[in-house]
Amino acid sequence: MTDTAQSQTQSWRQWLTTDQPTSRRHAKIVQFYLGWLSFRSNLLAMVGLFILLLLVFTWLFAPFIATHDPLAQDLGARLLHPSMEHYFGTDALGRDIYSRIVYGAGITLYIVTLVAVTAPIFGLLVGSLAGYLGGWVDVVLMRITDIFLAFPKLILALAFVSALGAGLENAVLALILTAWPPYTRIARAETLTIRKSEFIDAVRMQGAGTMHIIMRHIWPLCVSSIIVRVTLDMAGVLLTAAGLGFLGLGAQPPTPEWGAMISFGRKFILDHWWVATMPGLAIFTVSLGFNLLGDGLRDLLDPKGDKS
Amino acid sequence: MTSVVEETEMERRTSGSSFPRLLKRFGASFFSIALTMVGLLAVTFIIGRVMPIDPVLAVVGDKASNEVYQAAYKAMGLDKPLLTQFAIYLRDVATGNFGVSTLTARPVSEDIIRVFPATLELATIATFLGVIFGVPAGVVAAVNKGRWIDQLIRLIGLFGYSMPVFWLGLMGLLIFYGKLDWVAGPGRLDVFYDDIVPTITGLITVDALIAGETDIFFNALSHLVLPASLLGYYSLAYISRMTRSFMLEQLSQEYITTARVKGLSEFTVIWRHGLRNVMVPLITVIALAYAGLLEGSVLTESIFAWPGIGQYITNALFNADMAAVLGGTVVIGIVFVGLNLLSDILYKIVDPRAR
Amino acid sequence: MMLKQFSKALMLSAFIAAPIAFSAPLQAATPGNMLVIAGRIDDIVTVDPGEVFEFAGSDMARNIYDRLVMFDPLNLDKGYGPGLAESWTVSEDGKTFTFKMRAGVKFHSGNPVTAHDAAWSLQRAVTMKKTPSFILTQFGFNKDNVASTIKATDDMTLVITTDEKYATSFVLNCLTATIGGIVDSKLALSHAKDGDLGAEWLKTHTAGSGAFMLKTWKPNESYTLERVDGYWRGDVAMKRVIVRHIAESATQRLLLEKGDVDLARNLSPEDMNAVAAKDGLIVDNELRGRIMYISMNQKDPVLSKPKVRLALKYLIDYKGMVNSFLKGQYAVHQAYLPRTYMGELADTPYSLDVAKGKALLAEAGVKDFTLEMIVRNAQERVEIAQSLQNTFAQAGIKSTIQTGTGKQILGIYRARKHQIYVGAWGPDYPDPHTNADTFASNPNNTDEAKLTGKLAWRNSWDIPAMTKETKAAVQETDRDKRAAMYVKSQKEFQKIAPFAVMFQKIEPLGRRSNVKNFVMGGAISSAYYWKVTK
Repeated sequence: MTDTAQSQTQSWRQWLTTDQPTSRRHAKIVQFYLGWLSFRSNLLAMVGLFILLLLVFTWLFAPFIATHDPLAQDLGARLLHPSMEHYFGTDALGRDIYSRIVYGAGITLYIVTLVAVTAPIFGLLVGSLAGYLGGWVDVVLMRITDIFLAFPKLILALAFVSALGAGLENAVLALILTAWPPYTRIARAETLTIRKSEFIDAVRMQGAGTMHIIMRHIWPLCVSSIIVRVTLDMAGVLLTAAGLGFLGLGAQPPTPEWGAMISFGRKFILDHWWVATMPGLAIFTVSLGFNLLGDGLRDLLDPKGDKS
Repeated sequence: MTSVVEETEMERRTSGSSFPRLLKRFGASFFSIALTMVGLLAVTFIIGRVMPIDPVLAVVGDKASNEVYQAAYKAMGLDKPLLTQFAIYLRDVATGNFGVSTLTARPVSEDIIRVFPATLELATIATFLGVIFGVPAGVVAAVNKGRWIDQLIRLIGLFGYSMPVFWLGLMGLLIFYGKLDWVAGPGRLDVFYDDIVPTITGLITVDALIAGETDIFFNALSHLVLPASLLGYYSLAYISRMTRSFMLEQLSQEYITTARVKGLSEFTVIWRHGLRNVMVPLITVIALAYAGLLEGSVLTESIFAWPGIGQYITNALFNADMAAVLGGTVVIGIVFVGLNLLSDILYKIVDPRAR
Repeated sequence: MMLKQFSKALMLSAFIAAPIAFSAPLQAATPGNMLVIAGRIDDIVTVDPGEVFEFAGSDMARNIYDRLVMFDPLNLDKGYGPGLAESWTVSEDGKTFTFKMRAGVKFHSGNPVTAHDAAWSLQRAVTMKKTPSFILTQFGFNKDNVASTIKATDDMTLVITTDEKYATSFVLNCLTATIGGIVDSKLALSHAKDGDLGAEWLKTHTAGSGAFMLKTWKPNESYTLERVDGYWRGDVAMKRVIVRHIAESATQRLLLEKGDVDLARNLSPEDMNAVAAKDGLIVDNELRGRIMYISMNQKDPVLSKPKVRLALKYLIDYKGMVNSFLKGQYAVHQAYLPRTYMGELADTPYSLDVAKGKALLAEAGVKDFTLEMIVRNAQERVEIAQSLQNTFAQAGIKSTIQTGTGKQILGIYRARKHQIYVGAWGPDYPDPHTNADTFASNPNNTDEAKLTGKLAWRNSWDIPAMTKETKAAVQETDRDKRAAMYVKSQKEFQKIAPFAVMFQKIEPLGRRSNVKNFVMGGAISSAYYWKVTK
């Protein structure tokens, strides 16, 4: 029994690591598995992955992990020190900071996911269109991209949110607005190198439309560099989002958004350090997670990049 | 040479060819910069107009009577069509007139001349710190690639990328000013030093030295240390990472091997030959880091009550002071684009391969 | 915790260590003839007394410009008294005021202060039509008649004629407002441009007769006042007064503790406690004029039900708030006139009573409704809104909070597009009419009327009877009768109004114990610097 089991794992591993794949799918799986092996050996990247999984876990099981209602006020128990009753202490309205941070994980995920999905797709679309079509389309689109690149990011986001009104959704929109231009540049650069290749010509000869070519044949080739960039960018997005929250332009109270929590703890920094410190640590941890993961992914997916 | 993050920044620096064509390219890029600036203005202008803040209300306040309100509405030219307003604004900007700030009741250009040096001083010292710590750190990391020191430096960099600047600033103030009392607090100078030194450059440290007021110089420095160190940390993270990647590329080049074979000391090989060849792309990186700091100072300035352009724009934005927002954004935009262009030019002039 | 230790260590070693060597020793105290104040001065946009309106601006302008009628800083309760006008008489019909100017007073320029300067200053304030101009124009002055209604009959006599009869105290109280500041007309006119009567110049320069003149003013940073010797009201100890803009309470406290400033004007409850516990530092409290309230738009079908309005008044944790996050910043107060004003009403009939609130809602036949509160993005107001949200929820009212910058929120409020507004109101001049006119008067409730200056209008509260009473009170010359009228009006207001007045501002002042005689101005006035000693 054990013998067979062992040999089965053996053969699985062989199948996964073979250099003679039997099908295209097999080849892909092998490639993925090998990548995973190399990724797994990168301790820092694994730490990053762990942090992000922890974030997702916290979001999913927030009601079980939290010890208090994140919104329940108790004016008689305000600004309490961290203790066994309140792990991270309480804030100015007597709310449990630990529970607020736990529930804040969902908001962080919401922001990051929305931006991570929307901005790159928009950037991809604009960039690949510009690169593929060339001519005046390229000039116009890239000029617009340049304008947005020339904007100081935070100031553009600030201006945008003040124009639309403070709120979580508008903050996300502003983040998307500031995040898309770099993807456009990447997508355009990649498209330019692919556009002239023979296989694109071949597809075109078969009568495929522009959008079909862009979406089915160009995008897949841009994906790996975009993914790396997205992961690395998410830390920045997270920090900008927290910055907006800090300036009072993000999620509206009493939502436990981490940046806003720091802002409200700012007043008490000298005597009640935990009110601002704890959410700050949460932001730091998650954005470190993204950075570690992104760093690892870059080593893995970007063969041109510097490997360590 | 490039890794993904810097790819976008670096890809602009595609190679040109002969010198006249180079000049032509610069002419073209000046034109495109002008176009970018107009676009920048247009976007800001539109945002300013759709903002749900009533600019008239921002001027006359909550308690003004309707008559006062109407008078201000007319005086601000808001009764004209939007395009006309924009055209008028562009014409004024072309002649260097950014309008009058409603918040300070002074010409925006005057305000900017007052607040910009504060940001400049902060960003310059921060970049300086970032370079003197970041470049050696990057070189050391590259030379010891894969060893613990490399990992440590990488981690320090990643920490920098991961920390919210406003939070780090608060913690810094709490610890180094509040608890340890090692540095001076928020602001550029202790109050009783205000207005003693005549403003020449607007950089207090420089002005103090010109006036021979060493007390004030040290006081200004003591105020600068903390915010500049914080910002410096962020540019350190970027600079060390880029230096490492550039150095790695150089170290694999043949001439390095040759130099080693010739029996040159490892120190000479790395710091003389290697670093010298890295200098060119590094200048670009440093310029970008510098521009990034000018922009990223918004939150830092808010924490440290630093009367710079970041705080000026934020304040203006919250108070619907559109002339100030537009003026400030344009200035930051110009500096941003200008630094990019400068590094382009440097890059092309210094690096023969790029011609 | 590990991370925190680590990041600390990093900060220490990696980038603080080297430059720290430059750090200079900190100075221990401010010079003896200099008063350094940490405050918030970002609202100052001008020093022109015809235009200054906000708190910090008034503090500055009132120390530079004198008025015809003034307060004694060390005895504010006494009320108005002679200023640049030595005495005055009122005609039989109560419409004509004749002021006799004080002899021998000089402006900072050396020019004598005359009735012509006084007339010119008040006329200018009327014709300039800046925000505070309503304080004067409510007496019927306008651009066309001002030359005849405010005039100097000789160097020492000023005659002012109002359009109707008003209580004498009302007129004189209005002249104590900042807009009543007397400007050196010769100096100002010498800087006139394009017939602006020197307005452009006066925005950033001063031409007054007060104890100080403006030396520098850096918007959002600081202003410096410098003593002008020979002040007509007596000796001034401080040679220089510097007010520095420090937004953060924690920073103000640090500066105060370290002796970098003498006074800190914006301390939070926590910082206040810490300051009070330190040797050599004292915390003073003064009741100021600002009141904090919530209001309910009467266009809303639910909020217009009288029982719902009443219910909400029982769903506010007045005591809980002033005993926690508003401690030392606000006192419970439930009438529209601030305490210390003529006609004040100190009753506080409402307190948190969830059961009663629930019962009232049931009687009104509403349940499970949702509300949106709009509030300016300022910490204490957002905290109040969150507390309201909490207590409303206990009675089954779900509510959301929309924050925005002050101007954004005001825009919604003035357009009558809110449901619940959480905010503050500060009186404009030291007379009860200032608040009665806005809370308890609404001559025309139509949208077209755009009476945006009146809070009753902003909340679509149609009150013809109360409007009449308010008008009658301002014309009543008998002081006691007038006061009684305001008390009666406020009692009614407390019961029926769509306003729940909650708190009155207490301003804590952190002060180094050697600083004496600094007065913040109570509910009726602004800060006085000239009596300060150290």
